[in-house]
Amino acid sequence: MKFGEYGGMFVAETLVQPLRELERAYMELKDDEDFRSQLNYYLKNYAGRPTPLYFARNLTEKVGGAKIYLKREDLLHSGAHKINNTIGQALLAKFMGKERLIAETGAGQHGVATAIAGALMGLKVEVYMGAEDVERQRMNVFRMKILGANVIPVKSGTRTLKDAINEALRDWVSSFENTHYLIGSVVGPHPYPTIVRDFQSVIGMETKRQILEIEGVLPDVIVACVGGGSNAIGIFHPFLEDKVKLVGVEAGGRGVDTGMHSASLCAGKKGVLHGMLSYFIQDEDGQILDTHSIAPGLDYPGVGPEHAWLRDIGRVRYVTVTDDQALNAFLELSRTEGILPALESAHALAYAIEIAREMGDGTVVVNLSGRGDKDLEIVMREVSL
Amino acid sequence: MIRKPALITYITAGDPDIPSTLEFLRILAKYSDLIELGIPFSDPMADGKTIEKSHYRALKSGTKVMDVLNVVREFKSEFDVPIVLMSYYNPIYVRGVESFVGNARGCGVDGMLIVDLPVEESDEYLDVCCKYDMKTVFLASPNTSNERLRVIDEVSTGFVYLVSLYGTTGERDEISSLAFDLVSRARSICRNPLAVGFGISKSEHVKDILNAGADGVVVGSAIVKLIEKFGRYAGDEIERKCRELRRGLIL
Repeated sequence: MKFGEYGGMFVAETLVQPLRELERAYMELKDDEDFRSQLNYYLKNYAGRPTPLYFARNLTEKVGGAKIYLKREDLLHSGAHKINNTIGQALLAKFMGKERLIAETGAGQHGVATAIAGALMGLKVEVYMGAEDVERQRMNVFRMKILGANVIPVKSGTRTLKDAINEALRDWVSSFENTHYLIGSVVGPHPYPTIVRDFQSVIGMETKRQILEIEGVLPDVIVACVGGGSNAIGIFHPFLEDKVKLVGVEAGGRGVDTGMHSASLCAGKKGVLHGMLSYFIQDEDGQILDTHSIAPGLDYPGVGPEHAWLRDIGRVRYVTVTDDQALNAFLELSRTEGILPALESAHALAYAIEIAREMGDGTVVVNLSGRGDKDLEIVMREVSL
Repeated sequence: MIRKPALITYITAGDPDIPSTLEFLRILAKYSDLIELGIPFSDPMADGKTIEKSHYRALKSGTKVMDVLNVVREFKSEFDVPIVLMSYYNPIYVRGVESFVGNARGCGVDGMLIVDLPVEESDEYLDVCCKYDMKTVFLASPNTSNERLRVIDEVSTGFVYLVSLYGTTGERDEISSLAFDLVSRARSICRNPLAVGFGISKSEHVKDILNAGADGVVVGSAIVKLIEKFGRYAGDEIERKCRELRRGLIL
């Protein structure tokens, strides 16, 4: 399945069969009663769904424009939306009879969420993490170890997320018989972008029900941050057919013109990496370039193929927010509402504040995809209080 | 493109620099029936440590895609040994498939093998290769079904590259039994010559694989490792390794 021309299955021959097997298993299980009821059980009783849709009254009053609502994915177990996907895929792996999960992680959030799901489902977990990130995110490394996962530092290439994905793929090509590769975002070869999107769509479905209950009408705008793009697709997808403006916010880093950013849709070019045709930050020879963002979860040189397609057909608008703007939004929400957003989510929030002010009235929903406690060390380096 | 018993050797272009590549190609030409030349890529996902690092060395020395094509042009002005470019898809895709293939053919490249381009994604590539008479090489793996093998054989015009194991490139002590099963399965299905690669590093391996019915073997990491160790002075060592491998070809 493709999204327009994007997506696909650009992998070494050996991975074609395991991907087909995964696709077949997923198609069979996604509407299977037993699978659905187990998934819903864990999402509700373990992860803490549904998450609230919270009217940020103080922030709204301070901004003085449209009403700002926050979809509180930060309140989930593990502190971010990532767990919607890891529980789904770990359950899928279990139904497929796999004994081991492998995952890539950048800052460690997806690694932690995979370690949690592995512990829950009784599956062995090994997480590939760039050596650079292992250094920078010692707490998350320790957290994964506590949860029983083995963390493998990746010392090749740029020693960050993209190299962790390369290494996980190298593992999977020899281990697929007993191992499920649990990808953390709507990226990678088919069927991953579809599977992850489906598991994250619970965010948008709940949001729709909740906003109709509270406001009686759909929101005017929904804003979400986009790295690989899983929380954004999750909240956008159930609204694609509705008259709702959707905005994806990419990491502008130190400014898109500085080259220090992770804005693949706004400043990248079409290319093929990690099994998919999409947009990537690359040079004229197709070599993938280093990226930057203050938000570790947005620091990836590519983006999910469905986003590439939604951008091309004009259904979703993609914009950038810089490190500084995100940091300001982080502080603003902490002080007005007493909620520390993840730096990733702070990107969406920064744009939402701006647009709410311009709109004057109406409603804006922000996907608050994760909580900010994990980012305190980064914030401490940037601001003095 | 190859005839039994064929020795196919692999190096990454630009490792450790382009002038060395030309020198190594001249040595390989004396012993090889075909040379596979890798285009360095920032994310060589299908390769094991040895070849992966060779990609980084090549990029670090500033190797550009055009440099690779130019070195082929220079080599082909001296030698007839066929050259197959081995690449990941992105460097080809960003240049435009037609522009790349046309250009490469103009420089004397005989065939291409794209590691992360399975048959399902290769319609445009196949049309273009046909138009420019560029030979195609597709990979088959131990878990490739007979049905897929048939399709892979149909779209390959150079030879079919059999992956000997589940894993990435790199030296192994022994050849996996999966390799022998695959060779015999492919033998009964494919019309193309069959070359076996991944993990083949010694003359005994070469002999065993050819005895099992393959037409050729591909040796990469065992040569690239010498470049890792000796850098631009690896020539003599490469020559010695090639002589050893060649001995396995005497059946």
